[in-house]
Formats: sequence, structure tokens, C-alpha cells
Amino acid sequence: MTLVALPIFIPLLCGALSLLAWRSSLVQRLIGLVGTLALLVVSVMLLLAVREEGHIVMHMGSWQAPFGITLVADLLSAIMVLLTGMMAVAVAIYSLATTSESYERFGYFPLLHLLLAGVAGSFLTGDIFNLYVWFEVMLVASFALLILGGERSQMEGAIKYVTLNLLSSAIFLSAIGLLYGLVGTLNMADIAVKLAQAEHTGMVDVIAVMFMVAFGIKAGAFPLFFWLPASYHTPPVAVSALFAGLLTKVGVYALFRVFTLIFNHTPEFTHQLLLWGAAFTMLTGVLGAAAQFEFRRILSFHIISQIGYMLMGLALFTPLALIGGVFYITHHIIVKTNLFLVSGVAHRLLGSYDLKKLGGLYKERPFLAILFLIPALSLAGLPPLSGFFAKFIIIRAGIEAEAWVVTGVALLVGLLTLYSMIKIWAEAFWKAVPEGVSTERLTGREKDPQLVWMYLPIVLLAACTLLIGLYGQPVYELAEASAAQLMNPSGYIEAVLGTSVSGGAE
Amino acid sequence: MEPIMALAVGLLYAAAIYMMLRRSIVKLVIGLMLLSNAANLLIFASAGMTRGAPPLIPEGAMAPEGLVADPLPQALILTAIVIAFGVLAFAVVLIHRAYEVVKADDLDQMKETDT
Repeated sequence: MTLVALPIFIPLLCGALSLLAWRSSLVQRLIGLVGTLALLVVSVMLLLAVREEGHIVMHMGSWQAPFGITLVADLLSAIMVLLTGMMAVAVAIYSLATTSESYERFGYFPLLHLLLAGVAGSFLTGDIFNLYVWFEVMLVASFALLILGGERSQMEGAIKYVTLNLLSSAIFLSAIGLLYGLVGTLNMADIAVKLAQAEHTGMVDVIAVMFMVAFGIKAGAFPLFFWLPASYHTPPVAVSALFAGLLTKVGVYALFRVFTLIFNHTPEFTHQLLLWGAAFTMLTGVLGAAAQFEFRRILSFHIISQIGYMLMGLALFTPLALIGGVFYITHHIIVKTNLFLVSGVAHRLLGSYDLKKLGGLYKERPFLAILFLIPALSLAGLPPLSGFFAKFIIIRAGIEAEAWVVTGVALLVGLLTLYSMIKIWAEAFWKAVPEGVSTERLTGREKDPQLVWMYLPIVLLAACTLLIGLYGQPVYELAEASAAQLMNPSGYIEAVLGTSVSGGAE
Repeated sequence: MEPIMALAVGLLYAAAIYMMLRRSIVKLVIGLMLLSNAANLLIFASAGMTRGAPPLIPEGAMAPEGLVADPLPQALILTAIVIAFGVLAFAVVLIHRAYEVVKADDLDQMKETDT
């Protein structure tokens, strides 16, 4: 099945094409739109196909697993790729209005495609070293996107971002080396088989914790998240929206993959560690947000606290908790990207991200206020929006697993999230425009023709949030099926290593 | 051979962490370089070292005879070196630009985006 390779191939191709059209901003924009739309279409087809067949496996160059590199799409991968496609389209549309010419001259669109290829590759690969390579593809693209514009704050943020992510890569690479020394294979399914047969030694736990640290840095988990709030509010808003939606979730995905497939032998150690990490991640993230007064910085801290919920789903390691984890990722990516996009509109209208310099948005732009409220209240977990059901599943799983402390923390953090969202609402939307702030763009009657391109993705994503909330059954069923696959990795292993390998000779 | 390698890897990690904890951004990048090399050597050492037995298949046979060196870790290291080279090239340009903007080689003066 070549379908598995397309979500990687399309962005790579589009990146190359936009490099060829280096001088023409119009062509680059067109490729950006068409390419991301194609990615979305392909990812929908992939999800439908995976739902039919369970797993789709492709051996690159027809080298049989475990010798060649394998691409595997199970339901979790397919869901993540679909979300990547959705965010890609949203950001590509949004970029039409927000990327200035100077960004485009430094290769904004080629980098965007490269980033998407890295993200999709990470989701689809079945080889642990290949995962490292895709991580690096994604990282290099994100480094360059992060410093587009070259302001002082971006440089400072980028140094922290680059250092900690390279540290994480080095730990990841060391862990791969040790793991290879132990089992002599790199194919994730094969590693799982070999580790299950091998005698369980302390070395396995050491490697497991190294993976946890490496992916924990990428995911922004406690106590490894400090690079995130230091850098995510500095790049152009379309870039931060994409980072906020996708990059940390790649780390979360890697944790889900590795700790359900490979390191599932000593959950009383590894998953217990993750559980405490999850509790502290939630708490520190939300407390950090409470102390902030800058739109995007508040949202950055909330990424961290939300990562805690996803990790909690993984760490409880019951079927219901995994359903909750997958559901939460789905809900969170859509909502978080949308909130960043809204912050960009506020910046466009009033020229600042600082809540002290914002105001009066509700009076002048009630439609925008509603568009903010949908994702914001969903993030806080108010019914009937998507966040309520995500939190409900996770907390119910916590109660069933009798993990009282972490469940209590999760409930408290939900309340504090509401506090942060109300703070943004009261400051940016509710209060009057502060004195000395230019309101020309806000009250100006002449139309800003580009605003349409900013509103369009926000409306679409808000509609998705509403839809998941009001009609969540299909999403829940998908999450349920993917959690069943994660809890029972033998299906994945058989699909990769099985005798009746399909699609080898394409 | 293994003890020497283990010692070298350990020393490289220690030196890398030490350099990364300094305030100077130049030393930070040197630390990153050492770190990636330490990881490469670790892969090389952990996959086992077999001397004088190249993984060649004799004529007519389908598989190499006896114990041969594992070529895969070296392929991994090659890939990792190339990636590290690209990323470090970026990091060097980044600290140069940061130095131009901030006018200091000091991480303590780059705290604007914290808190």
C-alpha cells in the first residue's frame, strides 16, 4: 500500500517544488494551499483504509521487516496524521494573511512543508532509528521557522529551544544505541518481541527511562518543559499555532507508541513514574499560566498542563484511560491551534499580545469573541464542548483505577484552566480599550480584506470543536478502537512481522 | 578495547554536560558537539566490537562465516554524524546571530523570554 507513504511524500514534494519557485510568492502560496489540502485528503483516505484493515504496513524498498525500514499506520498513527493534515490546511490558509514578504523570502513555505513531512514521518514510521531521523527533520525545520524575522526575543527563545531539543536528541540516540546493543534490532515490532523473550534486567528499565526523558523533553512534560514557554510565544503567530498544535504532540505520540508497544513489562515502575510526572505536569503548567499576563504565554503554559492529561491517560494504562488519552490528543490539537490563531487576530486588531494593552474586542467584534469562547471553554472542559468529554473519560478512568491523587489534581487543574481563560476573556474581550492604544484597526470601518483568511480557519476549527462535542460518538469509537490496538500490541507486531506481508512488492 | 571505549564515552558525556552548564553560548555549542559525538561512540561501543572480521560473504556462500563485525551501528553513526553536522551548523549560525543582536556571549543576559 503506497497510501502510507503519501503523507510523507506529498509535503516533501511540495517543499521541493516551493524551493524551485523561490522567487514567486504567489506560486509558493498556491503550492502551500494545494499541498496541504492534498495532505488532508490523503490522510482521510488513510484513516478510512486503516479503519477497514486495522494496520497498513509498507516495507520500503521491499526489504522485509525487520531488516528494512517499515512504515506502519495503525489507528493512532492515522488519527495523528489526519490531525496534522487539518492543522496544515488551517495554518496554510491563515498564512495567506499573516506571513509578510520578508518571511516568505527566507523560505517560510518550504520550511512549513518540511516540518509537516517530519511530523507525518514520525507518526508513520515503524523503525526506532527512523523515528530519530524524522524527529531531526522536524527539528531542523522548526529551528528555522522559529527564528524567521530575527528579533531579539526570537534569538533568545531559539537558543533555549535548540539546546534542549538537541539534548533530547542526544539522549534519544544514546538510548537507541543501548537498546540495539541489548536486542540487536531496530524495528519496533521486532524489539517488542525480542524484549519480551529476553531476560528482564535493570538495563531495560534504564533504557525505558532514557526514552521517557528524551520524549518527555519533546512533549514538554514536568520537569523538562522550560524551553517551551521561553520560545513558543516568539515566532510569527502562524508558526506558533502550528508548533502548539503538533510538535509537543509528536513527543506524546512517541511516548504512547514506545510505552504501549515496547516497554510494557514493568508498568508498576515505568507507568507509575509517568503518572507522577503527569500530575506535576498538569499542576505546574496551570500554575505557570496563572502567573502570566501575555496572551500567547498563557496559552503556552496551558499546552504543558494539557500534556499532563494525555500522559495521565497513558500512565493509568487501562483501556478506558487510553481511550481518554487518544480522545484528549484529538481535542487538544484542534483547540490549542485555534486559540493561537485567535490570539493572532487580536494582535492584528490591537497590535499587542499583552493583555494589559488589549481590550474592547467583545464590543467591536462580538463574532470573534464567540469564536474565542468556543475553544477556550472547551479547553477548560465545559460541556457540551469537546474538552468536557475528553476530561470526563480521563477522570472516570482515574477514578476506576483508584488513582485518587492524580484524579484530584486533574479536577483542580480543570478549574484553574477556567480561571486562565476567564482572565483572557475579561482582559482582552470584556474590558474597555485601555488608554493610549490605537483603535484604528479595531473600529475602522474600512475593511481589512485579509481578515477573511484569518477568520476562515478559526471558524472551521471551532466548528470541529463543536462537532466533536455535540456528535462525539464517531470520534469516541475511533479512540476506542485505537486504544484496543494499543492495549494489545500483538496485532501490530503480527502486521509488521507476519508471514502474509502485504504490499511488499509494490 | 571496551574499557577504553567506555572511559572515552563517559569522559565525553561529562565534558559535554560541563561545557553546556557554562554561561558562554560558544561553550554551550561546544558542549552540544561533544554530546553528539559521545552518543555516536556509545552506539559504536554498545553494539559490540569485533576486530579483524569484516562482514563479507565468501564467494558462493549465502551468509558470512563465523563471527563478523556488525555493520549496522556504523551505518547508524554515519547517519547521526551527518544529522549532527547539519544541526550544529545551524546552531553556530544561531549563536552568531544571537551575539549580533544581544551583543553579549552570556546566557545570563538572555533572560527576556523567561518567566
